[in-house]
This record gives sequence, C-alpha cells and structure tokens, in this order.
Amino acid sequence: MKEKISHLDWLESEAIHIMREVAGQCANPVLLFSGGKDSLCLLRIAEKAFRPGRFPFPLMHIDTGHNYPEVINFRDKKANELGERLIVASLEDSMQKGTIVLKQKDEPRNKYQSITLLEAIEEYEFDCCIGGARRDEEKARAKERIMSFRDEFGQWDPKNQRPELWNLYNAKVHKGENIRAFPISNWTEMDVWQYIEREKLDLPSIYFAHKRDIVRRGGAIVPITNVTPAKPDEKVENLTVRFRTVGDITCTAPVASEADTVEKIIMETASTVITERGETRLDDQVSEASMEQRKKEGYF
Amino acid sequence: MNDTNKNNTVLRFLTCGSVDDGKSTLIGRLLFDTKTILTDTLSQIEKSSKKRGMSAIDLSLITDGLQAEREQGITIDVAYRYFSTGTRKYIIADAPGHEQYTRNMVTAASTSQLAIILIDARKGILTQTKRHSYLTKLVGIKHIVIAVNKMDLIDYDESKYQSICDDYKIFASAIGLDQSGTNIQFIPMSALNGDMIVDRNNFINWYKGPTLLEVLESLDTREDIKESALRLPIQYVCRPRDSDNKELHDFRAFMGRIESGLLQINDKIKVLPSNQESTIKEIRIGDKILKKGIFEESVTVSLHDEIDVSRGDMLVHANDNLTATKGFTAKVCWLSETNLSPNRTYLVMHTSRTSKAKIASINSKVNINTLELEEAIDLKTNDIADVTFKLAQPLIVDKYADNRGTGAFIIIDESTFHTVGAGMIESID
Repeated sequence: MKEKISHLDWLESEAIHIMREVAGQCANPVLLFSGGKDSLCLLRIAEKAFRPGRFPFPLMHIDTGHNYPEVINFRDKKANELGERLIVASLEDSMQKGTIVLKQKDEPRNKYQSITLLEAIEEYEFDCCIGGARRDEEKARAKERIMSFRDEFGQWDPKNQRPELWNLYNAKVHKGENIRAFPISNWTEMDVWQYIEREKLDLPSIYFAHKRDIVRRGGAIVPITNVTPAKPDEKVENLTVRFRTVGDITCTAPVASEADTVEKIIMETASTVITERGETRLDDQVSEASMEQRKKEGYF
Repeated sequence: MNDTNKNNTVLRFLTCGSVDDGKSTLIGRLLFDTKTILTDTLSQIEKSSKKRGMSAIDLSLITDGLQAEREQGITIDVAYRYFSTGTRKYIIADAPGHEQYTRNMVTAASTSQLAIILIDARKGILTQTKRHSYLTKLVGIKHIVIAVNKMDLIDYDESKYQSICDDYKIFASAIGLDQSGTNIQFIPMSALNGDMIVDRNNFINWYKGPTLLEVLESLDTREDIKESALRLPIQYVCRPRDSDNKELHDFRAFMGRIESGLLQINDKIKVLPSNQESTIKEIRIGDKILKKGIFEESVTVSLHDEIDVSRGDMLVHANDNLTATKGFTAKVCWLSETNLSPNRTYLVMHTSRTSKAKIASINSKVNINTLELEEAIDLKTNDIADVTFKLAQPLIVDKYADNRGTGAFIIIDESTFHTVGAGMIESID
C-alpha cells in the first residue's frame, strides 16, 4: 500500500512538528502574533499541535502604534476566542523609556520593532520566539534556518548559523541567547492562501477588497490615514483595494483588487506577476540588502 | 506556474555542482521556465545583469544571495527555493560548491529525495563528480539525475555524451551505487539555452528520454507504509488537567510525527524503552478523528491503558523486536571548525531524545577524493569517518539504510550548544 500525504498536509505536519519541538526543548517560548495572515496560520497549527491542552506559550504582539484598527480588534478577538494569554509590547513604551528615539515624528517604525522585541525578550526571559516568516519572502530569508540562533544582542549572523539536518532541530541556548523558530519556513504565499481556504480561517477585513482613500506615489498605492496624510499636490482617489501583507501603516501598501473572497484571492495570487514584498512592502525597496540588514539587527 | 491545485505532493531535491557547471543557471532556468520568477525580481536581475556588463539576463543571478556573499564573492550557505507546477510543490536545496562543500551538501541532501549532479559536457567526470556521488549515496538518496550540461558547447555531440554516461556507469558500479537500489537517469542539456530542462530541443532529438521536469514530475515519492515498520517518536505529552472542561481532567494524549509506517485504531503497540504495551484508542490531527495515521503525519494519539509515556519515548507495534541501545557505530560528517576531540563528552540528538555520548573509537576516515579508507585519530571540518559511540542513555535506533528518520542523529557541543556533527547509523551494538 503506497501512500503520500498532500502538500498542504505535509507542510502542516512539518509545522506542527517544529512547534512541538519548541515546546519540548525550550523552557520559555513565545509566539509572535500580529493579526496578519501568516501568524493566523501559526495559531491554527498551534491548535492542531496542542489541543485539547493549552498552548505551552503566550502570544505576543510588537505594537508599533501605527496599526489598522481592524487588525488590532481582530488580534484581541482572536486571542480571546482561543483563551490564550496575549502580551502587547509597544513601541510607545520604548519611546517613553528613551530606548527608541525617532529621527522624525512620522517616520516608518518597522525597523524599530527589533528594539521593543529585544526588550520584551529580556523582560520576560523568552528563550524562543516563534514567528511566521517564510523563506520565499525575500532572499535573506532563503538562507534562514528553521531554528535560527540569535546571540545576546538578538543578532542574526549568517556566517554563524547551526547546520540543520533532517528534521533534527537544535534549539539549545545559553541564558540571554535565543532561538527564532519559523514553522512555516517552507510555505509560499500560495500555500498560505490555500491553507486559509482549507481551514476556513477568519482574517482581518482589510485582506479583502474594500474602498479606501489612496494616493499614487512612485508606482505604489499609498493609503491615506492620520499618520500618512496626502501631500498638498497629491490627488486623493477612492479605490477598491486589498492588502497582501499587513504591517505598520507607514510601510504597508495595498493593491488594487476586486477580490473579496479567499477563493478570488487565490485566483489572483496564481496570476500575479509581482512578489508579495516587492508590491506591498515599501521598506524592502530601499536597498537590495535591507532585509538582511534588519535581520542582523534583531528583526524577525 | 503558480497553480492553485491543492492536492499535489511535495518533492525535495538538491543540486550539486560548482558555479562553473552552471548550477545557478539551471536553478534559474527551472524557476524561470515554470514562471516562478515574478516581474519585480526579474527587473532587479536585469538591472544587476546590466551593472555587471551583460547584454542578456543572467539567470544565475536569480539565486544570488546575501550582501555579505556578494561582497566576498562566495556563497555561505544552503539556500532554499520553491516552485510549483500543479502536480507537485518543489523545494530545492541549493548547496554552494566552494569550501565547506561536504558540510553543505550533506545538510542539503539530508532532507532531499532526489539529487541533480551536474557535469560539464566539455570536462566529463571530475573528482568532484565522484565526491558528489559518494555523498549522495552516503545520505541515502535513491534518485539521481546526471545532468550533462553545456551540450551547446560540444555541438550537441551524441557520442561525447554517451561516453560520459558510460564513464559514469563504470564509476557508479565501482562505488556500489548500482547495487544500492539507486535509480540513475542521464539527461543531456543546456541550462543556458533551456534545452531539456522544461522544453525539448531539436539539436538533441537523438535523445528520446524525459526532460528534467518530466523526471521530477513523474517520480514516485510514495512510501510503502505497510512494508515499513511503525516508528512514532513522542515529542510532547498533553495533560490538560488545568482545563475548564472536567472531562479532560484525566485525559492524556501523546504527540509526535510518524517517521515511518502505518498506525491504526486498535493496533497493539508498545512503548520503548519501557516495553509497556497497550492499544491505540484514538488518532487525531486537531479536531479531525482519523482511522489511521501514516508516514510524515503529525498526530495526537491516546491509549486504552494508563501507562507512562514521556518525550523521547517511541511507539512501535507490539510485535516489533526493536530494542533500545547504549552504543552504535555510525558514519559521521564533522561540521564544526573545531576538531572533534575524542576525550570529550558530546550530546547526541536523535528523534526527540538527546543523550550524552562518548567516542569509543574513530575507526577510519574516508578520503573524499580517492574514496579510500584511511586511519584517523581526530576529525576536522568536512571529514567523514566511521565512529563508535557509547551512550549515557539508551536510544531507540534503526540502521540509516533501513530508516532515515530513526537512523540519523546530530552531535551537539556540550558547552557551546552548536551542532558540530551529523551521523548515520550503520551498526547497532
């Protein structure tokens, strides 16, 4: 009797296995939960890995203070439904402490997330952070381990990573060091959407086509919000858009789309010609190596 | 192709070869011809190609890596790439071909089911071809594609291609590749022109075999789950005592990924190393209750009897005569820059169990260029040796040739916690 499980079952099984290794090997892990689609897949995987028991880790959101309210409401609702503890570590707190000093009041805050994350790791003594990063997102990620070692400063050193063989994951660390575990490393954007469809996962409404005020700036669609106002000479349009990724308001752009169901989004994803980050992450376009640089500084 | 088919399977493969063999071009070509490369990536590559003074798009730049690598002109690490055809989802492990070669290739091969070994048609079989083949065999890969590349540079000459294939067959039989049940497929190609990768080419119409993509698409990756023994290493024990649901107070479930075989409801099982027996009451994945669990599934199982099961134990069928062992001999690939010191204690991580281990003896070392065995007293980076271990705690192991999941282990340095070696068990004490 010859059998092989389907690719979604295989990806799910691999992710469950990785999460259970974190639970088995780490003393004090945490799951990074943003309310975004990738971290929602992580939550479903955690349910499959640990129910009927509780998750062996709390959830944590690094809140830049620049989030779409739909996403924040969704985040709180989801944590509540699951009955799991949610820690919110906020950039505002780091700013008040003086550990984050903005150069300009309205500048994008994504890069400062690392500081708040590292402070939270220190405060709660986390030895492992489970994140929803995928290797297909970006070329610095293509070389990322499933269990990625970070030193006391949270730094990723691509030259000093542990070889990772078979499905044997070494999550051992000394006090102060930590592991970033990426259970959906081997998933692509399409896999994520297919999984959302199969599992009938709820998503924040901004992932689906909706009307929004935007301006067009250097090829990108920039949403108009209180932190990203239109410049005086810009023409504001009301466009039907959806978000492919959800992050800090100042660096996440929507795409023009009529796709208002998961099924339609999958059709669109299948025929898209631009990568997820290329289209919607304004911060990765700055330089060819910007993700690599951020990871070295302690980013996910 | 960015297909939406949901019921395809996963195939993992690696590519072996150095930059000069056209390995990056081959991967670039596969991704390009299956429409995996999207416009913005392509325009970046176009820019980079122009910057480097090239007129056409250089497909090898698709696999261009980190800033640190570009600055030093080297590749540091295994990179993973993805494409999908609708029949299959593919995961490519792209191992760089410079120094650290053995270490990177063993890492990439450990999760692969197929290896593509590139040969430059102008050069034929080189020492490195032999090295790649040996490592492929060592890591137990059962499907090899010998990609005779750069056929365009030898005018698609059939007789030259044939003589490369013949040479390889002689070598393969010399290292016993042909006896190990390995299936070897030869393909003439030009990655640069895209010949025989996804599309055929008229210049090679003397070749009637499949294209590379056809080989990948048709490979049977299914496992004979009834033939192979059940191995379920327990990763985590679920005891929801603090739950609000009173029915769950006595509930206990055991969680792990089935490394091989088939598990069914009412199967008689035993727990190793304690040898306590019970029967399977329930198998589930999340809310879904299943009649059976198979190879590669992560399941949650409960038993009819209350017996003690912890992380690191293994469930096998009750009639299996597998026992735990406190010693074995294995082929070890040393991964660390720091030499193995025979007097130190290391940690051996095997399935979900980790034990302290001592080196009982280093029996021999493989000369990776001549493939001959040599005497050894220590191990350096990239060395492959036959090593006998003594374990502090019993491990439940199979020979690697019988079971990749339960025959493999990694060696961890007790003080740095770095992964310093990889092992494949050859004989059990």
